[in-house]
Amino acid sequence: MTKNITLNLITGRTIQQGVAIESGKEKPSYRTAAGIIEMDDADFKRLGLWKNTNVKVTSPHGSVIVKAVESAQGPNPGIAFIPMGPWANAIIDPNTYSTGMPTFKGTPVTIEVAINEPILLGIELVQVQCGVKVG
Amino acid sequence: MTKTITDVICPFCGTLCDDIEVLVSDDGKQLLEVNNACVIGSEKFLHSQAKDRVTKPRMRQEDGSWKDVSYDEAADYTAAMLAKAKKPLMYGWSSTNCEAQSVGNEIAEISRACVDNTAAVCHGTTLIAVQDIGLPTCTLGEVKNRADRVIFWGCNPAHAHPRHMSRYSIFPRGFFTGKGQMSRKMVVVDPRVTDTAKMADAHLQVEQGKDYELLNALRVAFRGEWLPDVVAGIPKEKIREAADLMKSGRFVIIFFGMGVTQSLSKNHNIDIAIAVTKDLNEYTKCSIMPMRGHYNVTGSGEVFAWQFGFPYSIDLSRGFARYNPGETSSIDLLARSEIDAMFTIGSDPGAHFPISAVKPIANMPSVCIDPHMTPTSGVSKLHVPVAFNGVETGGNCYRMDNVPIDCRKVVEPPAGMLTDEQFLVMVRDRLKKLKGVA
Amino acid sequence: MSEYIIKNGHVFDPVQGINGDKKDIAIKDGKIVDKVGSGAKVIDASGKTVMAGAVEIHAHIAGPKVNLGRIYRPEDKLFSCTPTKGMERMGGGASIPTTFKTGYEYAKMGYTTAMEAAMPPMFARHVHEEIRDTPIIDEGAFPVFGNNWFVLEYLKNHEIENTAAYIAWLLRVTKGYAVKVVNPGGTEAWAWGLNCLSVNDPVPYFDITPAEIVKGLLEANEYLGLPHSMHIHPNNLGNPGCYQTTLDTLALAEGMKAKNKFGRESVMHLTHVQFHSYKGTNWGDFESGAKEITDYVNKNKNITIDTGNVTLDETTTMTADGPFEHHLTGLNNLKWANCDVELETAAGVVPYIYSPNISVCAIQWAIGLEIPLMMKDPMRCYITTDHPNAGPFTRYPRVIKWLMSKKARDTQINAFKHKDKVLSQTSIGSLDKELSLYELAQMTRAGPAKCLGLGGICGGLKPGMDADVAVYNFNPDKPVANPDDIETAFSRCAHVFKSGVEVVKNGEIVGTGNKRTLWVNVKVNDNPQVMRDINEKFIKYYSMTQANYEALGHHFVPNPYALEVDATHV
Repeated sequence: MTKNITLNLITGRTIQQGVAIESGKEKPSYRTAAGIIEMDDADFKRLGLWKNTNVKVTSPHGSVIVKAVESAQGPNPGIAFIPMGPWANAIIDPNTYSTGMPTFKGTPVTIEVAINEPILLGIELVQVQCGVKVG
Repeated sequence: MTKTITDVICPFCGTLCDDIEVLVSDDGKQLLEVNNACVIGSEKFLHSQAKDRVTKPRMRQEDGSWKDVSYDEAADYTAAMLAKAKKPLMYGWSSTNCEAQSVGNEIAEISRACVDNTAAVCHGTTLIAVQDIGLPTCTLGEVKNRADRVIFWGCNPAHAHPRHMSRYSIFPRGFFTGKGQMSRKMVVVDPRVTDTAKMADAHLQVEQGKDYELLNALRVAFRGEWLPDVVAGIPKEKIREAADLMKSGRFVIIFFGMGVTQSLSKNHNIDIAIAVTKDLNEYTKCSIMPMRGHYNVTGSGEVFAWQFGFPYSIDLSRGFARYNPGETSSIDLLARSEIDAMFTIGSDPGAHFPISAVKPIANMPSVCIDPHMTPTSGVSKLHVPVAFNGVETGGNCYRMDNVPIDCRKVVEPPAGMLTDEQFLVMVRDRLKKLKGVA
Repeated sequence: MSEYIIKNGHVFDPVQGINGDKKDIAIKDGKIVDKVGSGAKVIDASGKTVMAGAVEIHAHIAGPKVNLGRIYRPEDKLFSCTPTKGMERMGGGASIPTTFKTGYEYAKMGYTTAMEAAMPPMFARHVHEEIRDTPIIDEGAFPVFGNNWFVLEYLKNHEIENTAAYIAWLLRVTKGYAVKVVNPGGTEAWAWGLNCLSVNDPVPYFDITPAEIVKGLLEANEYLGLPHSMHIHPNNLGNPGCYQTTLDTLALAEGMKAKNKFGRESVMHLTHVQFHSYKGTNWGDFESGAKEITDYVNKNKNITIDTGNVTLDETTTMTADGPFEHHLTGLNNLKWANCDVELETAAGVVPYIYSPNISVCAIQWAIGLEIPLMMKDPMRCYITTDHPNAGPFTRYPRVIKWLMSKKARDTQINAFKHKDKVLSQTSIGSLDKELSLYELAQMTRAGPAKCLGLGGICGGLKPGMDADVAVYNFNPDKPVANPDDIETAFSRCAHVFKSGVEVVKNGEIVGTGNKRTLWVNVKVNDNPQVMRDINEKFIKYYSMTQANYEALGHHFVPNPYALEVDATHV
């Protein structure tokens, strides 16, 4: 079985994500800014993972391939951060508990190495999940 | 020759900076340079000039390709979709002006739609809390002129509201805060050591999702009652210190963000944060303010409220306005597949809704009105690009503290492009004909 | 434009001294005229009461605190939503109705003009957006001045001319109508969590007293010759014993004369007097001070008042008196909203239930009725509920019933749980007066219009005036069988005309009229010092730039009506 670790996922804005959405969500720069998971150095070690490699992040609600990078705003062992966007939203807990608000922060996820799997572009990722036929 | 336009309003975040300077070409058609804005705001202005911009409405064809259509055809499709739908959802509104929102409300009323704005995934839970307990707040100038204790709870302005601290909250020298940053103590509560937390006088690194417990502990500490040794990962000494720091302020302001609105407990987190604010008013002066995201999400709530009586998540399908978040809110409506047409404007649910709430959009008649290509336009049947509000057209917007500021037009949109409001008027007039409304 | 002739109605028009005579009212091109052609549409008003459109002098119906009330009180919409119907847009809300519903409800009761009583200058654009979306009725808004830093700094040195120049500037950029003062000095003190409870409490830091602020603004108002007088909500609202502070405030106007070209005779309008007429030292020995207050006002002709009648409803209180709302939430423990506005003002909002089972509420009800019944000159006393503070404006027909019928008052008094207390702490039981229709027209039409400086335009049926006309299903020749018939008649008009356009017929909206925004455009001599001060405050202390402050553009004031004032001669 592949080695994996469990982290508590939170999502949110980063300034890089903000710039990327304004410069075009169809562009690779959006993926660079938001198709990532920020993890603590200690968690990289636990998983035996090289920085800047692709990982598969899985929650009870789905899974997604993103690039694992070291936390820019850390240390925060045990916590993983994916900037707000389609990559995070593939796996966060959609339950609103009757408040209208999905649970964007605090979803337990497992991380496993997926070095050869591609990270999709933002629009592409959503289209693939929705089964949209693109010509 | 070029000309400089001053006092321009930045249409990115709820900080709604209104001191931007923009350099435009003499003919007013090209935007050359942006000054004073943060890096996100600059990008927003400059991206309007992108050569690869979509300038014509496009319909998704059977084979998956896009086909350019005219604005007339686009308005026909949209009006027919809304006229036919039993329960359409008209979502977004946070990145457009109040004039467009008003026309949109007329359309919603005629088509008996559900209407919602991005508070649904942002400060919706704040609004629920405010409805429970109230909201002692102030304008941002009060913070600038008076605040000597500034608390950022579950928010990260260094990234999300980049000029907030320099314009209003930490650095400016105000009337009673002549020493600027030196006049203030800054407290950050966040489970991560964010770039904002790194600047703080005190950082309470709360356990993720335990904000309610920590806020409750502060209320206990204000009263000097017994506390357990550790609450939410914070030792009691540190909690008492923070409580004393807040109580000793002459004017305390609490800013809060998604860290509390989107974590478990949701509206209850805000409830107790507001209770903390009320408590502090027994000792000193204290206000609290949500860090609203989109530059005009606040305005959308205001327009909804004065026209329909509720700030978001409104269901008009029975012919009068109903409001019950959890039932009438977008995510829940989509998750329960209760709606049969999707109209999106001025926001990107495709990117910012959980994927389970995006999938239904791909399987129903759908229109996305947005200057950009987005995941939402990517799954919609019709994409209607429009002029950039705040860049290529003006219009009123509301800052995070509810202060209205009229955006400016600084440059002409590409030839033939319509504004949100112009396109909505076309849809409204067609819909009225279809529905036989005077 | 259509011509109309309203035939055979009983006309009540204090402007022309018409008291119930049968008279025809002719309408042409939006104005009242002497006669119209034979093609004019005939409205049969026989057996009905005809009055000018009513004028609301003080209500909170548009702007940030009203909308905050709507946002934070979804429960106010329970059972009060109205569907789209004919020309009517959807509506909702009982104490804080949506803008559309506000316009329709006023019009259906025969109101054609209303004043938003407190506009935070920085939020003028918001106020005007809501005014734009309130159909039918003409509206103006009063910017608040009593805690404004410019005013505090100028008046500290008694600089009337500079204060006046600032007022002129602010009225222009906010498209404001009059000088409103709310808890002078107290709201600035509230920015530090404090208050000014008497006219002599100094304002923290600014070293000025409420008395100096009030006196200075009275002088500046007359220096400019504005259409409306200074409009004040004095210090110490709503506390037992506050009537003394009210008298101290009124005394500040002593000896002052109105100077203006609009026919206004008063220099101070004291608003929602009911809240300012309390004697006693606590809620136990709470009693009416209506006699003391009306005695003073009866004697001093330069004062006008409005009542602020408690209607015994669940409602939403809202005021720029920030410290009062904080005090109120401490009393009733209901949710508290507050918003302090930089350099200018503040506002608070708290829901309130005026229960007939609570003695204080019942006494407040009685005081609100004592005041108009004790006033000798109905031209100086106007009916309001300080909407929504003492009750929603939609209760005016009920207030009218209480004022016109002693029987109706007695029925209510007998229904109070603490009837004896109401009778012992007020004189309501001994007041036999019943308001006549002529007096009603004075208190709701001619009086407020004159006080607002609109006496030549509205509030009367004299040829040349705007054709704002209300026709009520009320026959003054017939004795009133049941007082409730009064309430029914004044709730829904048979016909309402706004500037010559029929907007209501049989209680239903049939037109949206030609709604205008009223504002006052004052010309003053150039004042470089004030302009420099304004510039400096924006650079240093405001959180927005001066260039973005003005309410400018078609979408804020699509149909303006400016009253021009030339103050350059002084």
